[in-house]
Amino acid sequence: MQVNENFKPVIVAFCCNWCSYAGADLSGTNRLNYPANVKIIRVPCSCRVNPMFILRAFQKGADGVIICGCHPGDCHYTSGNYFTRRRITLLYSMLDFLGIERKRTRLEWVSAAEGAKFASVMEQFVSDVQKLGPNRRLEDLRCRKQ
Amino acid sequence: MLKISADRLNDLFNRIASEQTLYIPVDREPNTAEYRKYEDGMKLSESLNTVRSAKDFFFPQTENLAEFKVEGKNIEIKDIREESGDFVVFGVRACDARSFSILDKVFLSEPVDSFYKNRREHGTIITMACTRPSETCFCTAFGIDPTAPEGDVAVFADGENYFFLDRTEKGKKFIESVADMLEDGDTSKLEEVKEKTREIMKKLPLAGLGTDSFGGDKLNELFNSPKWAELSESCLGCGTCTFVCPTCQCYDIRDFNTGNGIRRFRCWDSCMYSDFTKMAHGNPRLSQLERFRQRFMHKLVYFPANNDGEFGCVGCGRCLSRCPVSLNIVKVMKTLEVKE
Amino acid sequence: MQEAMIKRAVQLLADGTVNRVMGWKRGEFVYDITPAVFTTAEELEKDFVCDDFTQANLSKYLVKESRKEGKILAFLKPCDTYSFNQLVKEHRIIRENVYVIGIPGGPKLDIEKIKAKGITGILSVENENYTLKIETIYGTETMPFSEAVSGKCSGCKSKKHVAYDELIGDDGEVLDSNRFDMVAKLENMTSQERFDFWRGELSKCIRCNACRNVCPACTCENCVFDNPKSGIDQKAAADSFEEKMFHIIRAFHVAGRCTDCGECSRVCPQNIPLHLLNRKFIKDINELYGEYQAGADTTSRAPLNNYNADDCEPSVVHERGVE
Repeated sequence: MQVNENFKPVIVAFCCNWCSYAGADLSGTNRLNYPANVKIIRVPCSCRVNPMFILRAFQKGADGVIICGCHPGDCHYTSGNYFTRRRITLLYSMLDFLGIERKRTRLEWVSAAEGAKFASVMEQFVSDVQKLGPNRRLEDLRCRKQ
Repeated sequence: MLKISADRLNDLFNRIASEQTLYIPVDREPNTAEYRKYEDGMKLSESLNTVRSAKDFFFPQTENLAEFKVEGKNIEIKDIREESGDFVVFGVRACDARSFSILDKVFLSEPVDSFYKNRREHGTIITMACTRPSETCFCTAFGIDPTAPEGDVAVFADGENYFFLDRTEKGKKFIESVADMLEDGDTSKLEEVKEKTREIMKKLPLAGLGTDSFGGDKLNELFNSPKWAELSESCLGCGTCTFVCPTCQCYDIRDFNTGNGIRRFRCWDSCMYSDFTKMAHGNPRLSQLERFRQRFMHKLVYFPANNDGEFGCVGCGRCLSRCPVSLNIVKVMKTLEVKE
Repeated sequence: MQEAMIKRAVQLLADGTVNRVMGWKRGEFVYDITPAVFTTAEELEKDFVCDDFTQANLSKYLVKESRKEGKILAFLKPCDTYSFNQLVKEHRIIRENVYVIGIPGGPKLDIEKIKAKGITGILSVENENYTLKIETIYGTETMPFSEAVSGKCSGCKSKKHVAYDELIGDDGEVLDSNRFDMVAKLENMTSQERFDFWRGELSKCIRCNACRNVCPACTCENCVFDNPKSGIDQKAAADSFEEKMFHIIRAFHVAGRCTDCGECSRVCPQNIPLHLLNRKFIKDINELYGEYQAGADTTSRAPLNNYNADDCEPSVVHERGVE
């Protein structure tokens, strides 16, 4: 597959307030680099992410969407991320079923102590999406940047 | 009358398509036809009619109206309409052909809808006479003769040939433009075919459907009829009837934030929907009974009241075959009918 | 069957057990049957019908009907009882106000499949030993019964009634169906092929909302797609994205609650195989979280309202099948 080096994918990362957002913060305070294409949206819990948010992100120009939450068992609200896990598994499976490239979607568990993991996950995800090229299968043509 | 033999029909299509965009009904699946842009080799559908009506050509389901861009304190308004090129729609049935004159009354009276007008001016409608009407047909109730359709050009088939008859100036010009492919033909067999179709029309189960109980002057008795409650009881409130209907013309205007500006577009709306004509104060028709009544009152009373008695239905039968729970205008008419 | 049903309904009306009967009403033709509520013996005898064309699932109407004065009698086919049970479980149907008579199910006939054979001007359809004799204005036609069986019946999952107060006819068994075959076939395609398949299907959508409004699992009083406050309300797909959005979200909202009654595909005027989206969710739930049949009972927790600490990670999606 030909990779367009000039293509800068837009990545939306939904990060849980208690773990992953703090993890992103930690990677910053540790002066670790992660790609600037990642736009973080802070949510109170990964289970706040309505499937609609993910579709909306793709509609409005995202090339990849990643959800980050506390490790299973560590949810600030006890069980939120367990529900996230089932829900997002089914949603990603459905997107795959409709022929949307499966590497555009991802879920990772990142704790507040895992600044380095946050940076490396983002690095990896951006590079995967970079290889896929711009999102064409789940885009809204009206929203394409002119 | 000028004719072309059936085996040369595709040559004619190729010729038309080389000059302007041509749309013909094509079978997607058996008995499920849709209009498609003609490409070489496409086969004209033998289905009686398309699932969606032909109104799409002049009044598409969604249509962009304008775009707004805000910079500082300035708003720039851009007209983003797509000017239509010349196009031909082939194979429109008599019912759909009549629906255009109904839509014209809405969109071409003041204030003129310039989007609709633009498409209407660029379109040439070639209608086709029916030979195998279905049990769901009742166009004759509205004074339509399926063996003599309106349109710019009417086409009649006798099994071996297609005969062309111009009905308007536009149609005359069209026939002149392809006259070198047509030849004079003997119409005696055609008359037999027409006569046979008329006989079938008389035998159809809905042949006796009358419209005497309806019209602009029957507003109060129909509006207040207690029968609406029972009629509307199983209506799901979906928009199938509205969206397959060739004469339904309600639309909504909406704005969409594209991230680059605001796109204003219009899209079909349905009086069956709970958010139809929703205003700041809420919705004027709160129950499905009122919404159901609205649709049929519009077609059978309000429309004729404003348009010299012309009904807003053409009897194409689409709602009869598509309604998920088989509710339709015929059942409404038969239930509300005042029997002598 | 129809006579026995009418007889029993008249009895139950007469002895005051119920004051209304939910059934199917005869139409203009042999096939255009409308769900209806009957209140008198005369109405029942005149218009009540139960035959090869009575496909419509009556369960959803009971949401409204069970909230009215008095008890209503409802005739439910096996597949309808699953929808009924699911609605009882979600407190949408008030069980005490419904008297359910279970009746044998299909296979039912789909008039579109008869018309697809080019048969038109249909006046009557008779079933003679599984050959359909169809009288039309243009003469008599015949076709095998099996070729006219409705799509929702061809993958029948169960002949068992999961909720009833009494039965007319025998109860059946849960069947081994092949209903996931098409889903599996799609799963084994490449992602480009799947994309092309769904783009072809979903682009036909006219957003009439028939699938949503007929769906016994879609009982929200105000759907997100109708609610201007939701920010995603839409009346037509203004872009191909919106076609996908509507159908993904609709399928997702009923995931784990959809009983696979097949009404969505039955009513689609454009013949989009919408049930495949729901079946995909059902298949995934069965494979990933254990067998689950929505509506089979009124007590179990729905798969999406439940979890296990050792559930699989979403990465399974990225690892299995064909990219």
